[in-house]
Amino acid sequence: MTADLNLQKPSAGARVWATSLWHSLQSVFSPRFMFGFVLMLLLLAFGFLGPVIFNRDDPMEFVGLLYDPPSEEAWLGTDNFGHDVFTQLMYGTRTSIVIGLIAGSVATVIGILIGTVAGFQGGMVEEILMALTNIVITIPSIVILILLSIAFKTRSIVGMGVIIGVTAWPWTARAVRAQTSSLRTREHVDVARLSGTRTLSLIIWEIIPYMLSYIVMAFVLQLNSGILQEAALSMLGLGIDRGVSLGIMLQWALLWESVRTGAWWAFIPPTLFLTLIAFSLLLLQSSIDEIFNPRLRRS
Amino acid sequence: MQGLLTVYGENMSKFQQYILNKVFWFLFAFLIALIANFILPRLIPGNPVDAIIGQMSSGGGVSGEALEKVYAAYIAEFGLDKPLGEQFLTYIGRIAQGDLGVSFARSPARVQELIAEALPWTIALQLPAILIGWTLGNLLGVLAAYKKGWLDRALFPTFMFTSSMPYYCLSILLLYFLAVYLRIFPAGGGYSYAVSPGFNWTFITSALEHYFLPFVSLVIIFVGGQALGMRAMSIYELDADYVRFSRSLGVGDNRIIFYIFRNAMLPQVTGLALAIGSLVSGALITEIVFGYPGVGTLLFRSIRQSDYPVIQGITLFIMIAVLLANFFVDIAYGYIDPRIRARTAGER
Repeated sequence: MTADLNLQKPSAGARVWATSLWHSLQSVFSPRFMFGFVLMLLLLAFGFLGPVIFNRDDPMEFVGLLYDPPSEEAWLGTDNFGHDVFTQLMYGTRTSIVIGLIAGSVATVIGILIGTVAGFQGGMVEEILMALTNIVITIPSIVILILLSIAFKTRSIVGMGVIIGVTAWPWTARAVRAQTSSLRTREHVDVARLSGTRTLSLIIWEIIPYMLSYIVMAFVLQLNSGILQEAALSMLGLGIDRGVSLGIMLQWALLWESVRTGAWWAFIPPTLFLTLIAFSLLLLQSSIDEIFNPRLRRS
Repeated sequence: MQGLLTVYGENMSKFQQYILNKVFWFLFAFLIALIANFILPRLIPGNPVDAIIGQMSSGGGVSGEALEKVYAAYIAEFGLDKPLGEQFLTYIGRIAQGDLGVSFARSPARVQELIAEALPWTIALQLPAILIGWTLGNLLGVLAAYKKGWLDRALFPTFMFTSSMPYYCLSILLLYFLAVYLRIFPAGGGYSYAVSPGFNWTFITSALEHYFLPFVSLVIIFVGGQALGMRAMSIYELDADYVRFSRSLGVGDNRIIFYIFRNAMLPQVTGLALAIGSLVSGALITEIVFGYPGVGTLLFRSIRQSDYPVIQGITLFIMIAVLLANFFVDIAYGYIDPRIRARTAGER
């Protein structure tokens, strides 16, 4: 019954969701956004549709020997095991993006949860949650990542994503808390509170929509740093233990001296793809930032 | 006079409270870091000694009797047969004495000796790179923001690209093009194998030759990030009321740039302090790429050899450095930032 009433009530929150959607649609006209967006789409298509289009179903298949140069068979040559680099690149891109998405989602969800609760409740709850956040921020995440990774005997894709996510949330939590505590005192929140809306739906409908742009930006940043953290961990020798990611490709390429022996096809593709992913995400993030922060816009 | 003194005294106590508060949180974070550093490696199924013994026996060449001796020695050394609480106390006691234990892989070398061997390389590589990159980045950033026009249009995308580029990717590309393809620089290591470390001219030139590439790859990345931050801060300040007001009063350009610079510097100074704090952890992979004999390479080797004491020693070291840097930034902010000063002085 109450749910029905809530649905019929014209919610300001829903309107704001729509407006922010409209704003993001408008942003399509910024060339920087377009460039980042198309680049990201291409990368996603390469990673997720590529294996189907090019009919490569096993990145671990042996197609040659150690560092065969590019040929008609293997377009980007073979790696140190004799795997096809082109196939590995597609699966690696996919794995890296998936780990980044998991890490970004975990970090964003934890960050929103802690940030909104702290900002909305205030008082003792806020003190404790923010103290926790500050401690996790000060302890360098690479250290926790190294310690967590050596503590796990097997490291799956999901596991890696979660490990990276649970070390990355404090930045989101901090930004969300700051936004929440300033939004909390707005009139529309008071009106909703007085009309008996429960805390949870108050947060979902009256607080979160108003800081959606921050959350999207934070998520894009988290996604980016998640992908790079995964690569860094892999290169330290603490990556996923089955399958291939861009970081794993680089790890083997470095360990088997592809750089010093001049086997460029083994290390240039993953290096380039990591850079392209990071660049496109940064373009997306900064163009979204410009839209919501008019002060950054330059004529 | 009396009134002034009490006000002064109150101010001091508020400021002391601020510092005490920061000291408390520093110690608390440190304790959490110690616990994490202690607990997490112990979650490894079995125990670390099993892992290392397994490796030693699979390598062959070590007799069963010797293995048992080594096993017993390790268990005793790490006190792994004792309850967890007691282990933790021993662990803390040892750290307090500056002892990080024995390396598994390079026993009987002690962990702190291995780190002390690698650390000078890392500091010599990172500290100049951070300082030069920071200075250059801030100057270019404020310049791009103030001059606008073609300078900004050229610098901004370049900085966007270099700062978005993962630092190890740039290292790999530089290594390949300049050292392998063009053969201008040596392809890795801290110095040529032909010379032995010492205080002589051949060693120093060799070390400098090997130093250049990793150094430049770090500086480029650092300049990009700093310049972007400074540019954004400066644009924000350019729009501030005090700038408009100064302009309307006819204050000169240079003076306004100086005002902007001073105000935009505060977060940048924090950035510098934190960068120095993460000096050890900041370039782990650059060192691996170049085979530079610093902490990163030591960590990499230790991970490959499951040398847990060394890994733990390095992570502890990184944590202490970062926590200390954060602590000093907080304290310095108490002195520098007028807002905190005002709050602690009770003006707000």
